[in-house]
Amino acid sequence: MPVVTYRDALTQALREELQRDDTVFLMGEEVAQYNGAYKVSKGLLDEFGPMRIVDTPITELGFAGVGVGAAMVGLRPIVEFMTWNFALLALDEVVNAAAKMLYMSGGQYKMPMVFRGPNGAALQLAAQHSQAWESWLAHIPGLKVLTPGTPADAKGLLKSAIRDDNPVVFLEGEMLYNTKGEVPEGEHIVPIGVAELKREGDHCSIITHGKMVLVAMRVADDLAKEGINIDVVDLRTVRPMDVEAIARSVQKTNRAVVLEEGWEICGMGAQVVDFIQRECFDDLDAPVLRVHQEDVPMPYAKNLERAAKPDAGKTVAAIKKVMYLD
Amino acid sequence: MATKVVMEALSPTMEEGRLVKWSKNEGDQIKSGDVLAEVETDKAVMELVARGDGVLRKRLANEGDASPVGTLLAVIAAPDENIDSIVGAAAPAGGAAPAAKSDTAAQSPAPNKTVADTKETAGASAVPQTPAQSQGEASTPPQQKTSSAPSAPPARPAAPRPPSPPAAPRGNGSSRPSAPQAGGRQRSSPLARRLASERGIQLGGIQGSGPGGRILKRDIENAKATGAASGRSAAAERLAAEGDFKDVALTQIRKTIARRLSESNGPVPTFFLTAEFDATRAAELRSQLAEMGDEYKASFNDIVIKAVALALAEHPEINAHWLADKIRQFNRIHVAMAVAVEDGLITPVLFDADRMTLWEISAKARELAKKARERKLVPEEYTGSTFSVSNLGMFGIDQFTAIINPPEAGILAIGGVEQKPVVIDGQLEVRERMRVTMSCDHRVIDGAMGAKFLQTLQRYFENPISLLI
Repeated sequence: MPVVTYRDALTQALREELQRDDTVFLMGEEVAQYNGAYKVSKGLLDEFGPMRIVDTPITELGFAGVGVGAAMVGLRPIVEFMTWNFALLALDEVVNAAAKMLYMSGGQYKMPMVFRGPNGAALQLAAQHSQAWESWLAHIPGLKVLTPGTPADAKGLLKSAIRDDNPVVFLEGEMLYNTKGEVPEGEHIVPIGVAELKREGDHCSIITHGKMVLVAMRVADDLAKEGINIDVVDLRTVRPMDVEAIARSVQKTNRAVVLEEGWEICGMGAQVVDFIQRECFDDLDAPVLRVHQEDVPMPYAKNLERAAKPDAGKTVAAIKKVMYLD
Repeated sequence: MATKVVMEALSPTMEEGRLVKWSKNEGDQIKSGDVLAEVETDKAVMELVARGDGVLRKRLANEGDASPVGTLLAVIAAPDENIDSIVGAAAPAGGAAPAAKSDTAAQSPAPNKTVADTKETAGASAVPQTPAQSQGEASTPPQQKTSSAPSAPPARPAAPRPPSPPAAPRGNGSSRPSAPQAGGRQRSSPLARRLASERGIQLGGIQGSGPGGRILKRDIENAKATGAASGRSAAAERLAAEGDFKDVALTQIRKTIARRLSESNGPVPTFFLTAEFDATRAAELRSQLAEMGDEYKASFNDIVIKAVALALAEHPEINAHWLADKIRQFNRIHVAMAVAVEDGLITPVLFDADRMTLWEISAKARELAKKARERKLVPEEYTGSTFSVSNLGMFGIDQFTAIINPPEAGILAIGGVEQKPVVIDGQLEVRERMRVTMSCDHRVIDGAMGAKFLQTLQRYFENPISLLI
């Protein structure tokens, strides 16, 4: 199986879906002539032309609204945000228009569109540009929220997202674009709402998604050397959430650490913990612990940024605590 | 670090124990695992062992005292440690623990007060206190540790599965945040509670190894391994763990039989089947074996047990437990034999009796009976049976009915072997005869089913050569 970058996996998915269905089109800032701010749409303008690969002005609210309108009349728009940190102004279209359209039109208007772009922190982009938005977006009925952590999942989920008749929020990562992994060629679909057990172990579960999957895998490798075997559950989709996969894992290991990129309060992990306490109460041998960003705006200073982010060290500490090894 | 020595639940059904004899004196150096005293439970005399190191500072119970499970019996502590608060907490009721519980509870309205007291008297006020220290009064784990040494983090058993990295010393504010402990409530993880309930283990008898004395899965597993504090259904649990059984779902007619007959005839609707077996050949076998020497001797009881075990192997429907929502038929055959002891009876078990030779049964039965009379049986030896046999032949009883030991489905009562006139082929002969009566739980065993079992048993017993091959 070819090893490709997360970025190229996304490009493959876009290209294949653009070829497959001529109602699919991509728009966003610098997606066409510049080949995308992160080169995800590299070569697509040449292949599909300016009607389907559309550069927009720096107007997130405006082009998100154009996308909603296009979806209403039967096209399948893919709206790229240069980063989700720039998308806050556009959330009115995402939350009030796209997410509500099917419901408020009494089922008359489907909303087959994708909002995609990098989410969360990169390196030293400071407080306004280092935020993970999945818990905001997953809060909204009507949206599906996808958080692929590997190239294969990025390709498979983006293809599913483009084919879905509902508005899908697709969260990528600047730090993920260069990561590599095996990606099946051609038709590779990852279903929405299905988690994957990325690694099997019976001592403790890590429930995670997105960028943090890489941290979880590193932690699992490190702890394996100490004889601690970690079950890594990659949610892949945070809404709808694959709660059965969580239950299967926790029922096996009897303890869990929930790892996410965002802040603690009302984070995705809070939802996971809520589910675990309800469905796995009698299986728990320890309280479920969470690892997340510290409850501060992301510092710019390199050392403070490192201290604020969730990382392998914090995750190991949490695992040892729930295993009563600390 | 003071360790409270309390009356532990040393048998599945024990509610109180009598302190027979102290094995250590006040002032003796104690190591964890040392035998502190002998305690008479409802079934046997067992050893009470120390769960902590130090000096036996104070004995609070006298030899001969009976105390409910959980009563403070002694305190182990460092030679210079102040134990007044621990001893004082037990003192007001003069050894009567139930009263002590309510008294002390009344004296300390705020659970945290106990912690504060312990802190002061332990002379280590700077130490982060674990919640375990406030577990003074109510139904508590056997021996609670009271931390008073800043340099020594509470020892804990190694985790059962992964290798445990060295415990980092804790202190300077890094102690676990923990909710205040209400009136000695025993902490336990939900999983531990579920496992304990499934296995019939009482949490009260277990020392938790988690933070604040929280009972964890590993503590339940250890408790099961040691057999301590196992509850009434521990035997059923052990049988189930063997995995060698078949659960039979209750048919409607089975349910109706169970319900109607229970209404009519108490919780275990019992009926009785009596048969008279010819014991002439068994008697001959006995005398032949006796001639071969003492090591070959077998009693009628041994012969009956062997025959019962073989008959049960052919009738799994009799070798069963009634579990209310189903009948569990066991593939393995564990025969209990009732043994009279000074003030009651006990039923040690011959495990896998069908696989034992007659001599093995004979030797094991003798050993178990001796241990039973000396009250040395451990719970593993008198629980876990699938069928029972009771014999009063040696008391000149020719026939009687025995009471079923639930959840077993039957018990066989053996009368004495005596010479009787019998008509055989029209001729009057004098034969050795033995009467047996099987008590059957009608929810499990029907009349014809029981009768067929007795026929099989008769075939084996009357042809005892079959027991030797």
